[in-house]
Amino acid sequence: MSILVNPNTKVLVQGITGSFGAKHAQLSLAYGTQIVAGVTPGKGGQVFENKVPIFDTVSQAVKETGATASAIFVPPPFAADAILEGVDAGLDLVVCITEGIPVNDMIKVKRAMEGKKTRLIGPNCPGIVTPGEGKDSHGGCRIGISPGYIHKKGNIGVVSRSGTLTYEAVWQLTCRGVGQSTCVGIGGDPVNGTSHLDVIKMFNDDPETHGIIMIGEIGGSAEEEAAEWIKKNCKKPVAGFIAGATAPPGRRMGHAGAIVSGGKGTAAAKIAAFKDAGIGIAVTPSEMADTLLKMM
Amino acid sequence: MNIHEYQARQLLGQYGVAFPPGEVCDKPEAAKAIAEKLFADGAKLVVVKSQVHSGGRGKGTFKNGFKGGVKLCKTADEVHEMSKAMLGNVLVTKQTGAEGRLVSKVLVANAPEIQKELYIAVLLDRANSRPLIMVSTEGGMDIEEVAEKTPEKIVKEYIDPAVGLYSYQTRKLAVALGLTGDLIGQAAKLISGLYRTWWECDASLVEINPLCICKGNDGKPVIYAVDAKIGFDDNALYRHKDIQSMRDLAEEAPLEIEASKFSLNYIKLDGNIACLVNGAGLAMATMDIIQHYGGMPANFLDVGGGASKDQVTAAFKIILQDPNVQGILVNIFGGIMDCNVIATGIVAAVKETGLKLPLVVRLEGNNVEAGKQTLAASGLTLITGDTMADAAQKVVKAVKSAAQK
Repeated sequence: MSILVNPNTKVLVQGITGSFGAKHAQLSLAYGTQIVAGVTPGKGGQVFENKVPIFDTVSQAVKETGATASAIFVPPPFAADAILEGVDAGLDLVVCITEGIPVNDMIKVKRAMEGKKTRLIGPNCPGIVTPGEGKDSHGGCRIGISPGYIHKKGNIGVVSRSGTLTYEAVWQLTCRGVGQSTCVGIGGDPVNGTSHLDVIKMFNDDPETHGIIMIGEIGGSAEEEAAEWIKKNCKKPVAGFIAGATAPPGRRMGHAGAIVSGGKGTAAAKIAAFKDAGIGIAVTPSEMADTLLKMM
Repeated sequence: MNIHEYQARQLLGQYGVAFPPGEVCDKPEAAKAIAEKLFADGAKLVVVKSQVHSGGRGKGTFKNGFKGGVKLCKTADEVHEMSKAMLGNVLVTKQTGAEGRLVSKVLVANAPEIQKELYIAVLLDRANSRPLIMVSTEGGMDIEEVAEKTPEKIVKEYIDPAVGLYSYQTRKLAVALGLTGDLIGQAAKLISGLYRTWWECDASLVEINPLCICKGNDGKPVIYAVDAKIGFDDNALYRHKDIQSMRDLAEEAPLEIEASKFSLNYIKLDGNIACLVNGAGLAMATMDIIQHYGGMPANFLDVGGGASKDQVTAAFKIILQDPNVQGILVNIFGGIMDCNVIATGIVAAVKETGLKLPLVVRLEGNNVEAGKQTLAASGLTLITGDTMADAAQKVVKAVKSAAQK
């Protein structure tokens, strides 16, 4: 098992004909992921890479191919609309890779998604990988932009706001011969679809996940919220790392959500919450995997 | 993006937010003329305010020794004198850093008698993904301190984005501020204007501190926004050309402007070890690990997920313009991008810039062996690190031993 996606998940790609979407759709196909449809308005009827049919709307793609998940690569001004099109089509999962969506667009999207069955991951995220059983984890489900080959099928769940720090943690695990159940990048924006806590709960319920690495960063209070729940409810060992201890207050550190404002969202407060919850603290990012493995 | 107080007054004024009458200018003579008009209209006192993007202006000091970036004046001649002392001079506040900011404009405004100072702000509540209006009767103070010491003095009202702000919510807030009678209606209009500005202009923060109950020229109480601060969501600027035109490049660090031309995300810091990293999270973590091993990061620099050779070269040039830099750490996790492309970029950049400082490179990921070979075969005296920890320790050590020579 795994969370959110498995090797049988049928995935469609919104924005498959853009250069970024096309490149990563190809990489997912090469990884063995079931990319069953593409969506680009006005290009319905064309075929991507000689095998993936392109549709004008997400509804058509879902109806014709049975896709249940989507990866969004459309530019920021159109991304909120693309997310809600996926929700309207009844997808189980929408993963929005797009970086640079206006906050107010996301506030509206979140409100519009209340009570709907669709789960949103992202935006501004690397996506999700459930590694496969083949060489270099081939045959898994890769939605987004993560490098597939760094993974290995196994029992550690990874959740993070940062793409490259996720890869760092995954690679540390894989180099030590330890595989992953699912790796989820929830994204670096202040308003996102799925929080650390949402993912931690899923890992806690997943019998194939035996331990968790949670990577956070400055800004907001999502890490503290997750830590509080872990303290009371989590049955599995959790190790964590928080980036941004040296970031100056009031400055956005690359990610729109990575900002200490009004004295809130500091690395120190998050690390203190982790410690209080019994989460193993990786003192440096080089020790994320080892910190967890020592706890197991 | 941030804007000046006078620009915030203009923008908020379009949404019906009331300010004490005043105008902005860039010459002492013009300041005097504005003051003369304000006094003629019944002002008892006039304030001259330096226009720089910083809080704590009143307690700031100019580099020429003149104290105070905000001055109250009783006559138009005094306004002339004070604006002359401010204009063209550099103001240092607790927020500007030692380099300070050049004052090229002053706001000259009526300074009515203040009866009570209040606080109001519109912002995003991240935990609920909703807009939030926050008020406090403790105006004119550091709101972070109020939140920490007397949280009961902060009242919050959340807005449902599906329906927007209702009038009853503005009245609730007005009453929470202790207002009565005619002032409730005045405050409700002002609060509605603040919210509409926040929502329609894609602001990240609209803050009025202090919001004041003043004695109007006719003696009746009136509510004025006495100071105003607005920050905008950079991601939404594409749909606000008018707001983009308010950007003041003089308020931004030159190296950060230069970096943005190459789509590099660069923030200058005070340390001496520069870093060049792909990915925002990894870039922050790299700064942290440098400090963990006893060094001080000179910058945050994210070259992005698909950095090209040209971007790497541009990044090196920007890093090297910071005179404090004594060593460089390159930390790349090449997930999709080819480490050999990055290595080729590093070699080209080092040769082009004639780099003499210690350089530590940590490459990991796709085609890393070829990348390492490219670095080894380049003949450059760079140091390689196997892990982030190894690389960080090596750069800290190299900078310390170079300093001892």
